[in-house]
Amino acid sequence: MADKYVGKRVKRTEDPRLIKGLAHYVDDIGLPGTLHVAFVRSMYAHARITGIDTSEALKVPGVVAVYTGKDIATKIGPVPCAAALPDLKVPDYRVLATDKVLFVGHPIAAVVATDKYAARDAAEILYPGVELEELPAVVSIIDGVPTTPVIHEHFGDNIAYKLTSGEGDIEAAMKAADRIVKQKMIHQRLAPIAMEPRGVLARYFPGEEELTVWSSTQIPHLLRTQLALMIGIPENKLRVITPEVGGGFGSKLNVYAEEALLGWISMQLGKPVKWIESRRENVAATIHGRAQVGTVEVGIKNDGTITGLRYNVVADLGAYHQLLTPAIPTLTGLMLSGAYKIPAIQMNVTGVFTNKMSTDAYRGAGRPEATYVVERVMDVIARELNLDPIEVRRKNFPKADEFPFHTATGLDYDSGDYEAALKKALDLSGYQKLREEQKKARDNGKLIGIGLSSYVEICALGPSQAMPAGGWESATVRIEPTGKVTVLTGASPHGQGQETSFAQIAADEVGVDLNDVTVIHGDTGIVQYGIGTFGSRATAVGGTAVLIAIHKLKEKAAKIAAHMMQCDASRLSFEAGCYSKQEAAAAAVTGKSEPVVPVGEGPAGALHEVPTPTNGRNKITIQEIALAAHIAKELPPDTEPGLSATYFFEPKNFTFPFGTHICVVEIDKDTGETKIIKYVAVDDCGKVINPLLVDGQVHGGIVQSIGQALYEEVVYDEQGQLVTGELMDYALPRASQMPWFDTDRTETPSPVNPLGVKGVGEAGTIGATPAIVNAVVDALSPYGVKHLDMPVRPEAVWRIIRAPEG
Amino acid sequence: MIPAQFDYARANTLDEALNLLAQNEDAKILAGGHSLIPAMKLRLMQPPLLIDIGRIKDLSYIDEADGQIRIGAMTTHYQIESSDLLKRMCPLLPECASHIGDMQVRNKGTIGGSLAHSDPAADWPAAALALNAELVAVSKDGERTIKADDFFVDLLTTALNPGEILREIRINKNGSSQAYVKMPHPASGFAIVGVAANLIMNGSNECTSARIGITGVAAKAYRATGVENAMAGSQLNEAAIATAAKHVSDNTDINGDLFASADYRRHLAAVYTRRAIQTAASRV
Ligand SMILES: Cc1cc2nc3c(=O)[nH]c(=O)nc-3n(C[C@H](O)[C@H](O)[C@H](O)COP(=O)(O)OP(=O)(O)OC[C@H]3O[C@@H](n4cnc5c(N)ncnc54)[C@H](O)[C@@H]3O)c2cc1C
Repeated sequence: MADKYVGKRVKRTEDPRLIKGLAHYVDDIGLPGTLHVAFVRSMYAHARITGIDTSEALKVPGVVAVYTGKDIATKIGPVPCAAALPDLKVPDYRVLATDKVLFVGHPIAAVVATDKYAARDAAEILYPGVELEELPAVVSIIDGVPTTPVIHEHFGDNIAYKLTSGEGDIEAAMKAADRIVKQKMIHQRLAPIAMEPRGVLARYFPGEEELTVWSSTQIPHLLRTQLALMIGIPENKLRVITPEVGGGFGSKLNVYAEEALLGWISMQLGKPVKWIESRRENVAATIHGRAQVGTVEVGIKNDGTITGLRYNVVADLGAYHQLLTPAIPTLTGLMLSGAYKIPAIQMNVTGVFTNKMSTDAYRGAGRPEATYVVERVMDVIARELNLDPIEVRRKNFPKADEFPFHTATGLDYDSGDYEAALKKALDLSGYQKLREEQKKARDNGKLIGIGLSSYVEICALGPSQAMPAGGWESATVRIEPTGKVTVLTGASPHGQGQETSFAQIAADEVGVDLNDVTVIHGDTGIVQYGIGTFGSRATAVGGTAVLIAIHKLKEKAAKIAAHMMQCDASRLSFEAGCYSKQEAAAAAVTGKSEPVVPVGEGPAGALHEVPTPTNGRNKITIQEIALAAHIAKELPPDTEPGLSATYFFEPKNFTFPFGTHICVVEIDKDTGETKIIKYVAVDDCGKVINPLLVDGQVHGGIVQSIGQALYEEVVYDEQGQLVTGELMDYALPRASQMPWFDTDRTETPSPVNPLGVKGVGEAGTIGATPAIVNAVVDALSPYGVKHLDMPVRPEAVWRIIRAPEG
Repeated sequence: MIPAQFDYARANTLDEALNLLAQNEDAKILAGGHSLIPAMKLRLMQPPLLIDIGRIKDLSYIDEADGQIRIGAMTTHYQIESSDLLKRMCPLLPECASHIGDMQVRNKGTIGGSLAHSDPAADWPAAALALNAELVAVSKDGERTIKADDFFVDLLTTALNPGEILREIRINKNGSSQAYVKMPHPASGFAIVGVAANLIMNGSNECTSARIGITGVAAKAYRATGVENAMAGSQLNEAAIATAAKHVSDNTDINGDLFASADYRRHLAAVYTRRAIQTAASRV
């Protein structure tokens, strides 16, 4: 591959339309005659529905229909859960509540009207018509599994599943330890808060018996399959389109009740129907993330060597299972070895039902919890043994030559050099000097803290064996008659920038100008089946599919080229989009070669310029070959016309990016406020296709980590009321609160895919959180603090600082 | 996030607005809309009629007359923040404005709207109290002046009568030393605690008199008279200021919420009061 684009800071081709407001999100799509849906949602966490009177709502001018749970219970299948765990209890999750409401925001009825205002008004009018008998709610898991009341009565208790995972003899490992360090940790509930909330537009074509659903989703094809099953329409009569998607962070890696209901309503009424989620609905009824309370126990030798790690955890699943809800904590179990050699690991997880919105995949999805547990406890160990946190980490790192490296969680880390990333981060931050400054500051009564995190994450999800529904990704690459290159990817980028990075891969591999490549995604009517964008997989799996599809395409192109130049394919060389006979290539050096159509200057030529016959030519561009392949007058025998190839790439393993983040904080002694004064991130995501995109992913991820560490929490009160129901209460991090990020990289290629890439979409949210909390705890260590739970609000810090004063 | 149905009327003159208001008891004045519209979208407020005073020309100005600064009720936060006249004569106002929301909010929201709304965590009420502002209210029956001290009655409640519109804010020029400091709520940006300090000092680093306005701490903005009394005649040294600041929550019911309990807020109020006084004192 001639790297004209790969590895370069190519600006995102998506951005002009986004910046100029020319992009089309679901709400920007207007169809004549569209009806609008508003939902009546529960204001209680737990209540029995004893009756619904829709008559007043139906009287509102413009109202076309009102649907309740009873109306549709037998007509639309349940909201699906794809996670398969042994003895998992799966509640029947209807798209509208039937007998009970189980969380604030649970949809009870859907009002359909000719405009969104009438729909909203009628929903307000309907709510008092819903008779609810309030029940006590199951809310907190802080003190273990809540026993009463039982949310799903027929299950007998609130436990959805119990699972033990890990390898090695944990009891022996703990016995072999000189001491055991134990720490309880809370991973608070977070709301993903994509900039664009969810939205659905559904249009049924009664004549064709076809349904098109536009949805703001990360998984158009998986959604199509599931919706077809839920609504009962043949999958090949259903088309899912994801127009521009304004962020997902995993929250749109799901199949939601509203998506099925809108499709079904459109089929009932024969009209387009639309629903755009409000921010309040978004906070209440789009999946949440994290929400684990666990205790980690680590056996250690006095020199800091870890002998074993056990993590007992309760996971707050919410009221129902969304697509992957119960599976998320299992990802935590997979990553509990972190960046370390730990001979024995065990996770015991209990997934519990609560009267809250479901938890599911939020950026990092189970791995941030693992990383936080491991990286936080490394600091606890360092304190226990009075060692520098760096020493404890170094002591337990696998060496670069120990890869592939098997963990006691059952994984094989592909490649890594953890020491190199750590060292680079230490150098970049001036760690030794920072420690000296910290000492001086302490002597002057200032509270400075330094925290680090040497994380490993699991990306490129993943081999199909380890995934609920296929872990491959697909690509089709076509060269059109005019020489333009079309890439159809099964990935579904929604902010990551793969329209740019996949075009970079394709442009280099085909040897054309970047502007000649268009990347198409997110339309099941156009793109071959795909899996979607999540789990930091799109480039490692989907990008590889693009690459290999091009290899396939070029095999054919080379055959045609050889035929056109009347030579054997083995005599051809390929460079910069051009096939040359080998002697001709030599001639080119001496300047005697024939002129070829310059690459990047538009189409290979109009039809009348077809270079036939090609006898005697020594060079031919792949774009010319594309035209010849379509005109099909000059093809080798038994060759299919056209020039396109499709490839479904099945990865053999996950990839394991890693890095070290270092955070320095200063704490205001008067108020307890934490300010990040320095942030250094050294990430290794394997080969880098576009450093600009990687930086963007790292920055955004760190911001969300800062949010988790210091600000964000979805709070339900004792009655299960959602206290942080809007952005006036739910504290998202703001640009003005952000420090400067010093980012750098090491580059350890992955052997798992030919691109050598690993993935970087979630690194920031996985690696950064513990570095920040470690820094805060470090700053407060003069007060004897060993651990603080997130979000570390100023009040909690203030209480520690003022404690000695009484 | 769609408000209930309402009617809309645009007043071209103050008289027109007053007439409409007199005829429609439940109508609401629409100024910058940055408190009213969010409340309507959540259907917490459902006024049947909005009377838009945004196009009335002579309600937006910053002038000087009779030894007073006069600010029209429809003057935006941004106009105040960027006013050279105010930066010279009453720097507390631009400083306070700069703490409000973001640029979009400051470009639309008005000082009159904020005062009339009397949000317990809004910034302007603290400044109005510290500056001993006079608020000019008009109705069909004529005009009256209300002292800031009497204006903030309770949570979201002011001394404005039905049918009255806040027309002007007046502030006496007195060459004082001023400062506004604030700890914003991490989500809303409103004040967890906001302190406006307005000190008259003599040449020998002594505080002759002080007015301290506090917001974010209680159900309404209030004057910290305990602090003011302790400061009056006191030296402006660190110890004296810190001691005085501790009186900030005397006889006050303190708010508590998820972000800051009452205890913590009480402490913050003292810290920020100390900082406000110190900053003002440093600006002689
Ligand atoms: C995102 C956001 C962030 C914000 N952050 C802050 C902040 O940090 N600090 C802060 O202090 N404020 C903040 N605000 C509120 C903002 O300052 C508002 O502009 C202000 O509170 C109200 O002014 P307004 O002109 O928008 O009034 P409106 O919203 O139009 O009116 C508010 C109320 O006052 C009444 N009213 C308005 N004008 C008059 C008048 N002349 N006479 C009688 N009654 C009148 C209205 O009828 C209504 O009841 C924020 C607002 C938003 C949306």
